[in-house]
Amino acid sequence: MTVEQIIFILTGALILGSALMVVTTRKLIQAALWLVSALFGVTILYAILQANFLAVVQVVVYIGAIAVLFIFTVMLTRKDLRDQNSQTRSNWWIAAVLGGLVLTGLIFIILSQPAFSRTAEAIPAGVDTLRNLGTALVSPDAYVLPFEAASVLLLAALVGAVYIASRTGEEK
Amino acid sequence: MVFLNDPINFISGWIRGLLTGWGLTESLATLIIYLIGITVLIVFAMILDVMLVWVERKVVARFQDRLGPNRIGPFGLIQPFADIIKMVIKEDITPAGADRIVYNIAPVLAATSVILLWAILPLASSIYGVDLNVGLLYIVAAGSLGTLAIIMAGWSSNNKYALLGAFRMVANMISYEIPMVIILLVPTILADTMSIKGITQAQSGMWFAILSPLAFIIFLISAIAELGRSPFDLNEAESEIVSGFNVEYSGMKFGWFYAGELLHAFTFGGFIAVLFFGGYGGFFGLEKISLFSWLNNPFVQAVVFIAKAMFGYWVIMWIKYSMPRIRIDHMLAFNWKFLTPLALVVLVNTAILSKVLIDLPTWGYALCMFFSNIIIGFITIEILRSYGRKQRKANESTSPQVAQN
Repeated sequence: MTVEQIIFILTGALILGSALMVVTTRKLIQAALWLVSALFGVTILYAILQANFLAVVQVVVYIGAIAVLFIFTVMLTRKDLRDQNSQTRSNWWIAAVLGGLVLTGLIFIILSQPAFSRTAEAIPAGVDTLRNLGTALVSPDAYVLPFEAASVLLLAALVGAVYIASRTGEEK
Repeated sequence: MVFLNDPINFISGWIRGLLTGWGLTESLATLIIYLIGITVLIVFAMILDVMLVWVERKVVARFQDRLGPNRIGPFGLIQPFADIIKMVIKEDITPAGADRIVYNIAPVLAATSVILLWAILPLASSIYGVDLNVGLLYIVAAGSLGTLAIIMAGWSSNNKYALLGAFRMVANMISYEIPMVIILLVPTILADTMSIKGITQAQSGMWFAILSPLAFIIFLISAIAELGRSPFDLNEAESEIVSGFNVEYSGMKFGWFYAGELLHAFTFGGFIAVLFFGGYGGFFGLEKISLFSWLNNPFVQAVVFIAKAMFGYWVIMWIKYSMPRIRIDHMLAFNWKFLTPLALVVLVNTAILSKVLIDLPTWGYALCMFFSNIIIGFITIEILRSYGRKQRKANESTSPQVAQN
């Protein structure tokens, strides 16, 4: 086993273990912190794949913004932060069946891909992946349309948030 | 002479020769060298941190017209070691109802988020941890880990003042991250790279603080907010919420928060030096003349860098000990209504002008950039003045008493 494989197995165990804790722990804040741990494991995966940009953005967006907002929301909406709720509802088995189906389907699709058993080629030295990604995002024959569509969607969400916030201001 | 010109590679080559001579494989030797390098970097940062305790206490004393520590050792230089011994032998208390694991991880994470920054800080052209091509985003990422540490500390202490401090800190950091990220794009555009070393090299002819003084000021303000230092120290606010998120911590666990804060301030002084004052270089082309070729020596560069970083740290301390704390609604309004729009204007201005003026010689380019920033600053001040005048008139007409707010 090479060093990379050992790191990959440890990281995978970290991600899966943390993800399991997210759905089984009874304290909401601890679940959010385990989520942070799982997301950090994904960062390590990106770093192993030499995707510097994605690794850093994973930390900035998912840990720095989304997970912190999760924790913030939980903190602001609960009276007692030590509360212990049951993680399951009465119809948990429907979710379990659906989740299992999706998982089997995904595994089947991934196994049928020819790329599954191929080893990744190392990025040749001197290739600036960050610059290539940036150019691809704004060049018309690559991803400019999805990129702009996502921007418009985010702008709509922003405008919506401002509208809701300003309306509650008027009611006072 | 090899050692003087490239110390890190010289030492690592020597250790590699030693280890492979003992019969270790090449990859194992590389791993050991990396581990030694990481340890040396962290130890260097922590020793510097110990001295920063003394610097901070001496400087604050001068600002407040006192003498500062002067009993133990010459100029009180041994004082920080006495402080550390005091911290280590204090009783370690965990409050009742605290979440033990999270409570103990938080100070470690707080210090780690700062030490992580040292990985990309170039002390000299050949003395640096790693030269990431996403260096600037890495600063933001490490900062968000610091936010997480403060939330964890505030929540796990099971204390309402600690929790209030954490709330304030998160509101502060999430808001001021936005102008900081926008303004980090200005050096990116000017240097055409996000790598910290590339940005330093791009400033060998002209500092970015001259090309874009407004960007420097906005970065300084948002860096102080990110550090949670006065006037943005609402998370501590001794007079309101005792000491904020770290109120329950005692002994060395508090010491880690304190050490982390000091090192963070110095590190941001270093980033101000790197992003706007040329870092280890930036001698305006002087180093190319053969008479001044000693400026390219890594040891000289390291001294220059530390001096510039110390100056940035001193400015942050100067502001800290001269400004009163601002109210939380003022702080958020200042960020969203003033700093973020201004940062966007500066970014658009830099992006357009750097392409329009690309054919001008260096001095003409610098002059145009500088004056465009001055014009933007002037217009901003005029808008603020007319807004203030309108506000005062409105207050005078509605109430005969002295205007509130």
